[in-house]
Amino acid sequence: MKKQLGIVLLIAVLGILAGCSSNSKKEDDSSKTATSNTDATHGAEMGGSGMATEMHSGQADALSKRVIYFEFDSSDVTSEAREIISAHAQNLSQNANLSVVLEGHADERGTREYNVALGERRAKAVQELLVLQGVQPSQIQVISFGEERPAAVGHDESAWRLNRRVEILYSGS
Amino acid sequence: MVRLKHFLFLLILLFAMMRASFAALTIDITQGIDGALPIAVVPFAWAGTAPVQGATTAAPENIAAIVASDLRRSGRFAPVPESDLVGRPSHGSQVNYTAWRALGIDNLIVGHIKPLVDGTYEVQFQLLDMFKAEQLVGYKIRSRRSNLRRTAHQISDLIYQALMGVKGAFDTNICYVTVTKNRRHEKIYRLAIADSDGYNEKIILETKSPLMSPSWSPNGLQLAYVSFSRGRPEVYVQSILTGQAKRVAAFKGINGAPSWSPDGKQLALTLSKDGNAEIYIYDLGRGTTHRVTHNSAIDTEPVWLPDASAIIFTSDRGNGPQLYQVAVNSRGALSRPKRLTFEGSYNARASVSPDGKFIAMVHRIEGSYRIAVLERETGYLRVLTESRLDESPSFAPNGSMIIYATEYKNRGVLAAVSVDGRARQRLQLNQGDVREPAWSFFKQK
Repeated sequence: MKKQLGIVLLIAVLGILAGCSSNSKKEDDSSKTATSNTDATHGAEMGGSGMATEMHSGQADALSKRVIYFEFDSSDVTSEAREIISAHAQNLSQNANLSVVLEGHADERGTREYNVALGERRAKAVQELLVLQGVQPSQIQVISFGEERPAAVGHDESAWRLNRRVEILYSGS
Repeated sequence: MVRLKHFLFLLILLFAMMRASFAALTIDITQGIDGALPIAVVPFAWAGTAPVQGATTAAPENIAAIVASDLRRSGRFAPVPESDLVGRPSHGSQVNYTAWRALGIDNLIVGHIKPLVDGTYEVQFQLLDMFKAEQLVGYKIRSRRSNLRRTAHQISDLIYQALMGVKGAFDTNICYVTVTKNRRHEKIYRLAIADSDGYNEKIILETKSPLMSPSWSPNGLQLAYVSFSRGRPEVYVQSILTGQAKRVAAFKGINGAPSWSPDGKQLALTLSKDGNAEIYIYDLGRGTTHRVTHNSAIDTEPVWLPDASAIIFTSDRGNGPQLYQVAVNSRGALSRPKRLTFEGSYNARASVSPDGKFIAMVHRIEGSYRIAVLERETGYLRVLTESRLDESPSFAPNGSMIIYATEYKNRGVLAAVSVDGRARQRLQLNQGDVREPAWSFFKQK
């Protein structure tokens, strides 16, 4: 509380000082050079490029879904998810130039390293189904972020169910 | 003009205030122990007399306040407020034992701090027993100004040992990961170390990608950790003094959960290079890896027993994650893994007490994740915490406290609890989240 008051006062004082001084400098944003973002940007936007066009509308619908959700501490693929995976399997097997990154994630409950392993197991469950349906293993890369990259913030089931997921990210063409 | 001067003065004052309030971690004692020992720490006399060149007029650190705060944090002591002191002795010879006994004080700490001509300081303290009217421990310590806080923690360690029979863990460090957002709302991850009371924070690493699982080398000079800076989890070892980092495991798949062997020569790791998450021993000198587990389930979060005879790890080879123990030498497993935990459906991420008798873990009970301690000999499991998302337990090097990460008012904070569950404290950042604490080993002299 004291600190907040301090900041408010400081801002007020800075404002008055800036008003007093004619050559007051604006805060220089460029002084804080952005450190290069080394995180792989997985090219989620590029996904649309290699889409096969002669799909049935149902398949196209399934193909537009890129996230597979899971139950708590489970890597079992639901029947609804299987349809989505099948559509992607067909797309990938018919377009050998396409490749995907399967990014596994977990909700925040439980321990972090266990969740990295759980995220990987989820991604590998999806990978297995893709390969069973004719996708070349070389078209698939698996990465797990565990609970480190939640899709939804929050500490209850409404966020958790969105975070227990595998994202299918198309890369390149 | 006069007004401007006033504003400048205010500005300087405010900056001073803010600098003080930006002390990285603040500690709140959330629960003390009933029957904590009453103790009095008298402010140390400042023996700076005729001003030498550049000498200050007051002691540069309040040693007594640091010692009192250390003792209070342990949960074992109840230092009386300074206003209740019945005198200001700085030496045992000046103590009126009867008066202190009447105040209900069992033990009294007195001392002085004296500047020496070479710019160093002499800190002398005595711990006095009010009933026996005698000195229990007393030392004269030579210290540099930058080292006076550490000297105070060393005094606390000596007092703790004299009264509790166990070495204190005040002159130790903690490391942790902080997560804040910058102006562009990007997450900034920092790996930091600090004194055990949260002071003297030093940032070891700052990055925009997730950082995980910091682990102290036994000599306290290096940290192993997991970084996603190249888009996938990889294990690094970084020198605290030079900041130099070396990537030690970057295999396909998971590289995670580093834990130093007691001799500091190896890391136990989780790798999924051969299929799924398995435990490996990585030799830091030779660069070789030896596989420990062979199972289609998840095996992760390895930690060594203090005598290096076995590794305890998390596996869901049974039903859900449980702790297992496997005997090892430097080249791999010597036995089949044996299950250690049977109570509850989720027991993970072990931390072994320095004497090897207790295992702290994350334990799920009624849908909440709490810190529990298993007594290895009896198999008795005690749940120590009461919130719902507790994780990353780590024993103090004297085994007295466990530091862990928890959630408080929707933010990640650290907390510490005594092994008997009676003393508690919370360590909090001014902003953002703090997580994944690890308590260092004792400092080597």
